[in-house]
Amino acid sequence: MKILDFEKPIYEIDKKIQELKKMLGEDSQLEEEIANLERRARELKEKIYKNLNRWQKVQLARHPDRPHAVDYIKGMVQDFIELHGDRNFRDDPSIITGLGFIDDYKVAIIAEEKGRDTKEKIWRNFGMPHPEGYRKAMRIMRLADKFRIPVITLVDTPGAFPGIGAEERGQAQAIAESIKLMLKLRVPVITAIIGEGGSGGALAIAVANVVLALRYSIYSVISPEGCASILWRDSTRASEAAEALKLTAEDLFEFGIIDEIVEEPPGGAHWDPHVAVENLKVALLKHLKSLLRLSPEELKKQRMAKFRSFGVFAEK
Amino acid sequence: MLFRKRKKIEGEKKDIPEGLFLKCEKCGELFYKNQLEKNLWVCPKCGFHFRVGVDFYKKILFDDGDFIKHFAADLESQDPLDFPGYKEKLDRAKAKTGLKEAAVSGLARINGREVVFFLTDFRFLGGSMGSVYGEIFYRAAQEAIKRNIPFISLTSSGGGARMHEGIFSLMQMVKTTVAVVEMEEKGIPFISVLTDPTMGGVMASFASLGDIIIAEPGALLGFAGPRVIQQTIKQDLPTGFQRSEFLLEKGFVDMVVPRKELKSVLSKLLDILGGENGRSQTG
Repeated sequence: MKILDFEKPIYEIDKKIQELKKMLGEDSQLEEEIANLERRARELKEKIYKNLNRWQKVQLARHPDRPHAVDYIKGMVQDFIELHGDRNFRDDPSIITGLGFIDDYKVAIIAEEKGRDTKEKIWRNFGMPHPEGYRKAMRIMRLADKFRIPVITLVDTPGAFPGIGAEERGQAQAIAESIKLMLKLRVPVITAIIGEGGSGGALAIAVANVVLALRYSIYSVISPEGCASILWRDSTRASEAAEALKLTAEDLFEFGIIDEIVEEPPGGAHWDPHVAVENLKVALLKHLKSLLRLSPEELKKQRMAKFRSFGVFAEK
Repeated sequence: MLFRKRKKIEGEKKDIPEGLFLKCEKCGELFYKNQLEKNLWVCPKCGFHFRVGVDFYKKILFDDGDFIKHFAADLESQDPLDFPGYKEKLDRAKAKTGLKEAAVSGLARINGREVVFFLTDFRFLGGSMGSVYGEIFYRAAQEAIKRNIPFISLTSSGGGARMHEGIFSLMQMVKTTVAVVEMEEKGIPFISVLTDPTMGGVMASFASLGDIIIAEPGALLGFAGPRVIQQTIKQDLPTGFQRSEFLLEKGFVDMVVPRKELKSVLSKLLDILGGENGRSQTG
């Protein structure tokens, strides 16, 4: 289990509580002390998490124990049928696609998955899709459009993969085509940024009617490390870059780029993944129900108008 | 955002004093500056295409040497993130180039045919795409739709989306694509001309979505910058990787067209895509 620096005090109290609980059978007087400690732990969590800086939030968004796309799919989607391959080159495990139900609502799922253990991470290429991943996503989008199935995308990627094969097979073209196709869909499209929204690699599956973000997720034009190495030729100044980039869910909500922040359990989604999954499910259903009231033409129009409106400039 | 510009920026007047020799970046041969200029900044020996700014392209491509009418010329970049050093960088870029932004657009004539032209200049913050760039593109597309005439973009964008405007820059990838979709729905021909370099978010949005995609010889074109790829995979990159000819071979551009022939190729394409049933009478 990975413990971030600022999480340490919480883990220490937590450990003490667990120890005391073990001794509880012998001494019932401990009950009060445990209650006290639990209250203190809650207060401490609240205090620490209220004052996190942007770099600490980046670390939470990338936390290795944070629930991933597979966890959300497992927790939210019934009768999930995974579909594979772009019908052109290969199946890209960085992007999971498939069909299923959330409660009684049909959905098509497109989700970036980083992988959990080392072997799976390598297989999934750490959640960095190749062009064929985006082409697989496009295949599922067309399928969804054809059979009037709403599209749900889950974003969690450091970025589209920078490699020789990726360039040879047209990484830029695949991302551009995916953005274009998403704009044209005539079904509800909802995106949830569940962890890391890494630049074009995230955007390629994030052109939605409604864009949600988990409280400790990030979404940025460039990674803080990449930004720092361009600005100061020093990637270790990533924490300063994170501040400059204003990349947290709160920042994005303030800018109007995302529509809603989905709450995480105290301390972040990794403290209680079930709560995070349930919260996202509730938010998705709420927006899905309201989008289903729009006509296919209105859905497309709303999406086009929304993304046409982004930008800050002066006109003199 | 992933590509760092090369040290030398070509075509920058103050760096090239009158009458001085200039060395070709590729073959190392020395030429008189005016000799190169006469050859459209293409090396007479090896065919290397030097980077040139928007004014030069206007001069060699447009019948009138400039726009007949400018579009969205009043837009000015803001600093929505209060990003360290951005305002100063904008001021320096404006002073250096005489441009207000990395992108310009307007109405132009190519062999008598009216088109909307959108151009970007590498000398202005690497030709990167921020809010103003995206808005200029969008409005230019609207002009093409309104006038029912073809749309041509010519890009030189090293970093793609402009880091200093953060998430707003990323969103311009979608905004420019909204413009492409709207043109498509109205049957407006869209030709994308890629010059050195066109990378990142620009290449991963409208620049890759032209009905026809043309590249200048030897231009660096792709998603991730070569340095980033090298650092990631820890291997040497193959010769010619991410150059125009490589993209032609892999099937991502329609043709590689030398600068000297660009106007005549565009003109022929416009005759076919944008013309009436027969050959244009004006050209």
